[in-house]
Amino acid sequence: MAYRSYILVCGGTGCESSHADKIYQNLKNEIEANQLFAQVQVIKTGCFGFCEQGPIVKILPENTFYVQVKPEDAKELVEEHIVKGRPVQRLIYNPNEDKNRSSLVTEEKDIQFYQKQFRVVLRNCGMIDPEVIEEYIARDGYAALEKVIFDMKPDDVIEELKKSGLRGRGGAGFPTWMKWNFTKNATNSETKYVVCNADEGDPGAYMDRSTLEGDPHSILEAMTIAGFTVGAQKGFIYIRAEYPLAINRLKIAIKQAKEMGLLGENILGSDFSFDIEIRLGAGAFVCGEETALLASIEGKRGMPIPRPPFPATHGLWKKPTVINNVETYANIPMVILKGGDWFSSIGTESSKGTKVFALTGKIKNSGLIEVPMGITLREIIYDIGGGIPGGRKFKAAQSGGPSGGVITEEFLDTPIDYENLAKLGSIMGSGGLIVMDEDDCMLDIAKFYLDFTVDESCGKCAPCRIGGKQLYGILDGISKGNGEIEDIQKLKDISLAMQRASLCGLGQTAPNPVASTLRYFENEYMEHIVDKKCSAGVCKDLLQFVIHKDKCVGCTVCARKCPVNAISGERKQPHEIDQSACIKCGACYEACKFQAITRG
Amino acid sequence: METVNVKFNGKPYEVQKGLTILRAAEAAQIKIPKLCDHPDLEPWAACGLCIVKLENSPKMFRSCAMDVQEGMSIITHDSEIVKVRKTVLELILSRHPNDCLKCGRNGNCELQNLAADFGIREVPYPQMVPDLPKDTSTSSIVLDPSKCVLCGRCAQVCQNMQNVWALEFLGRGFETRIAPAADVDLADSPCVKCGQCSAHCPVGAIYEKDQVAEVWNKINNQCPGCQDIYPVVQIAPAVRVAIGEAFGYEPGEISTGKLYAALRRLGFKAVFDTNFSADLTILEEGTEFVKRFTSNEKIPLITSCCPAWIDYLEKYDHDMIEHFSTAKSPQEMMGAMIKTYFAEQQKVDASKIYSVSVMPCTAKKFECDRNEDMFSSGYQDVDVVLTTRELARMIKQAGIDFAKLEDEHADEILAEYTGAGTIFGATGGVMEAALRSAYFLITKEELPDVNLVPVRGLDGVKEATIDIKGTSVNVAVAHGLVNVEYVLDKIRDALAKGEKSPYDFVEVMACRGGCVGGGGQPYGATDEIRAKRAAGIYKDDEQSEKRCSHQNPMITKIYKDFLGEPGSHKAHKLLHTSYKPRKLYNK
Repeated sequence: MAYRSYILVCGGTGCESSHADKIYQNLKNEIEANQLFAQVQVIKTGCFGFCEQGPIVKILPENTFYVQVKPEDAKELVEEHIVKGRPVQRLIYNPNEDKNRSSLVTEEKDIQFYQKQFRVVLRNCGMIDPEVIEEYIARDGYAALEKVIFDMKPDDVIEELKKSGLRGRGGAGFPTWMKWNFTKNATNSETKYVVCNADEGDPGAYMDRSTLEGDPHSILEAMTIAGFTVGAQKGFIYIRAEYPLAINRLKIAIKQAKEMGLLGENILGSDFSFDIEIRLGAGAFVCGEETALLASIEGKRGMPIPRPPFPATHGLWKKPTVINNVETYANIPMVILKGGDWFSSIGTESSKGTKVFALTGKIKNSGLIEVPMGITLREIIYDIGGGIPGGRKFKAAQSGGPSGGVITEEFLDTPIDYENLAKLGSIMGSGGLIVMDEDDCMLDIAKFYLDFTVDESCGKCAPCRIGGKQLYGILDGISKGNGEIEDIQKLKDISLAMQRASLCGLGQTAPNPVASTLRYFENEYMEHIVDKKCSAGVCKDLLQFVIHKDKCVGCTVCARKCPVNAISGERKQPHEIDQSACIKCGACYEACKFQAITRG
Repeated sequence: METVNVKFNGKPYEVQKGLTILRAAEAAQIKIPKLCDHPDLEPWAACGLCIVKLENSPKMFRSCAMDVQEGMSIITHDSEIVKVRKTVLELILSRHPNDCLKCGRNGNCELQNLAADFGIREVPYPQMVPDLPKDTSTSSIVLDPSKCVLCGRCAQVCQNMQNVWALEFLGRGFETRIAPAADVDLADSPCVKCGQCSAHCPVGAIYEKDQVAEVWNKINNQCPGCQDIYPVVQIAPAVRVAIGEAFGYEPGEISTGKLYAALRRLGFKAVFDTNFSADLTILEEGTEFVKRFTSNEKIPLITSCCPAWIDYLEKYDHDMIEHFSTAKSPQEMMGAMIKTYFAEQQKVDASKIYSVSVMPCTAKKFECDRNEDMFSSGYQDVDVVLTTRELARMIKQAGIDFAKLEDEHADEILAEYTGAGTIFGATGGVMEAALRSAYFLITKEELPDVNLVPVRGLDGVKEATIDIKGTSVNVAVAHGLVNVEYVLDKIRDALAKGEKSPYDFVEVMACRGGCVGGGGQPYGATDEIRAKRAAGIYKDDEQSEKRCSHQNPMITKIYKDFLGEPGSHKAHKLLHTSYKPRKLYNK
């Protein structure tokens, strides 16, 4: 070690928006002020994953894991930890949140959130400065590329991928080796392309963003390996413009890789040349669909076209094109370096390796996690995620974002892989995982996702364009108390038509949240339709807050909390809600200490 | 023909290799419903109606976009497929106005036919038809986005067949609609008014500007000041081989005599034939060509009969303006002759003449007041243009039993025509007609075989070399505007290098197949129908006693009595025009 200590500051978008940048600056200033710059290096890394507890600061070599750090903590961290060697207790992770802080966990490896995780894709996130290529190289970066160029033939790479069992992480799970092999063997054109789909668009998902922010070189290396394997000399990274940090780090990475001869003409002195360009997407969700993405790169309106022919043979400008998503690429260098056999030893029979999930929703430890395939949802939610906050009851988890479906409590112990999720009526998707509890209305969840896909439909094909809108209209009607029994059949008919007759994955999967919630929670739909009730208390039009006179003590708290002055009553006398004025915000319900207000 | 063996619904068929499942099924007498697929266009796969299954897979595929493969076992109809199709159709209907009775496509609408076939009696989903304004900015085409089913045919036609790029998808999701880029009006867009969008629209969302009522008012003397108007009409070459389709005839059936009769019954006091002025055009344009060719000046000469092509050239290719023939189109020559020569001969006050033309074309509506040259008689030379479709409606409205009409003759003075005049209606026809007369003008001898087959047919670009007694004339014929740039770029390249143009004479027609496939023709044109209509045109040519424009005695007479000689000062004033560069977007 060249330095006595290293201070790693999370530089992911989540922590940055909690002023990680300021923390980094303050730490540097403190090091400067204490004349420690020769002994201590402050490094901004990629995402540590434990977003719930961010901003994260980790100090090496002690491996002290500081959570919820604020810019003003920098002084104390330097003066106490670095100068005096005394960990700052108040910033150490306190999992039980007990006031006397009796069970602090100092090191990452001892934190429950990390214990069942296994990092392949995120191997360098939180470890290295993504803006310094040397740090990537120091962790075996570009060694896989060197091995491929000098010791392997394209067929060897395909063989290794085949052994690994790696499948596309973008959603459908197509075997990566087959895709690459199709393009390698395509004879319709000498010119071929490699494309990275970084158009991550699921609500609540940020796996790819974090990977690109934390380890951009791994993607460049993998794309270059793909170029070598299939015979392409040009690659495009299609990334949404809403990811400025990732874009900036990619730009820096491309520049550095070119300067070091790891990208561009005659890579590593070989006769293989490969260049990568960044193309910015304007944020249309449909541009994550591969044919729409390719159209967008070509400068056309992002609308899907029918397949076959597939991009593997007729992709960008009708040339053979390998297109994989960020997470798939991030696995490639490890498959090459450690071997396909190593990779296939992780996971289940059909699904190898790991999967990155963005764990959000009603979960204690939200964050970015990477787990081996085959882990159960129960392990993810309760062991890694720490369970549902507030002691509430788990209801369902949504995987696959707007294209996926819900997984209910009875399936919590199903090992997660592509096939099992499909059997449950959901999909692996790109890795969004949203946990819902008893306060979530399933109809509302379906409506939320449909609202998203209706908005994001490209409008090309009738089943998606009109079907989604009609589905949404029916759900909206039910949530407002205008539902009819026949609506259930209509929902099913439209869902089937969209699934079968839509042109692309967006439309085919858009009704999944409806179909899936209908499958597991039809009773909840019926409750809305027949009883005009929403037990979860979400659908406002079906809600009524009532103050029970026998329980109300007239404390006036509810009346004071009500933002629209809908509650009246004399002090120490039972209060009353004016239903015509009530906006059903629930503030009174939350505020009442005497359980005198009911929701129903 | 290479074939593959497939099964449709369990029954084996040998079908042509390379066909889509949809086309192969048609060949096996199986009709798969569709709304966006069209034989002219690449599969667009928007409507979602043509879905089929492959045996042992629950997935459904679009039959319009998937080719047949050896051994494929295809299910085109089962209860689930039909159910899904019906739901998709109901969804489409929920976004479509149900005022069929008041729609121009009533009785002739692909969506209406599907609804009938599926036995739709009610749509279970609420009507969600957005209230979007019509675009009536051009004099040719009306765009009604509220009726649009977003099949995308018009945009594909506009972009890929016509290379005009006026129509585009705007917005997204449910709000998606078809309009010019940046949401400008059609009149301010690159639109060349060819009307191919309207000819391909499966429903009533894009249609010709309907001027039937206006014409009725005039010929029934029902408008203020038109009690003593003198309504006359001309019909274009391609109308006669297509209008019969509206009355149950096969495409290509020649119904010239019935048309004349019907027009008289509608109340026109004189019936003329644009074929006559096509002959006149050949004399003017042929003379222009011979003059340029023999002096090797501004070669090649490019034809200018097609108003959509004129608009396109002025917008996209105005560097070629000097190569453009200054001869007006037959419609406009006829218009000028009616209000001068005919008025003089018949002693009718030209200001009282109401000159209607019946054209296979929507752009002709734009042409009739395109610039001041269209007022060469001192009045607007052609007052109003009806498309073939509009005339068919008028004939029906008048209760005329078209099929049973006795043939009549037109008014000879501006109607007698040669075979050369009639072939203007098909791609290559103007070129062929011009060469027949150019041969005579150059050699003073008649062309031994007037059938110039290499310039006929539906190849997008036809190149040929014609021998005029030892002198080679290189010609090119392009139809469908997407084929134009290939020809023009070859000319540009040669001229830029200081070389001789690869062509001496170039014919361009905006619409595929030429005017027989015009944007104002009866619906449903495909290459098969275009070829049948063209066959009718060539039959009319072959049946003609005289087949070269310069042999037309009435043409000789009109020069002798009125115009002087081709290219004379008077001819120039009445029969020629000029061009100027235009912007693609006006705003």
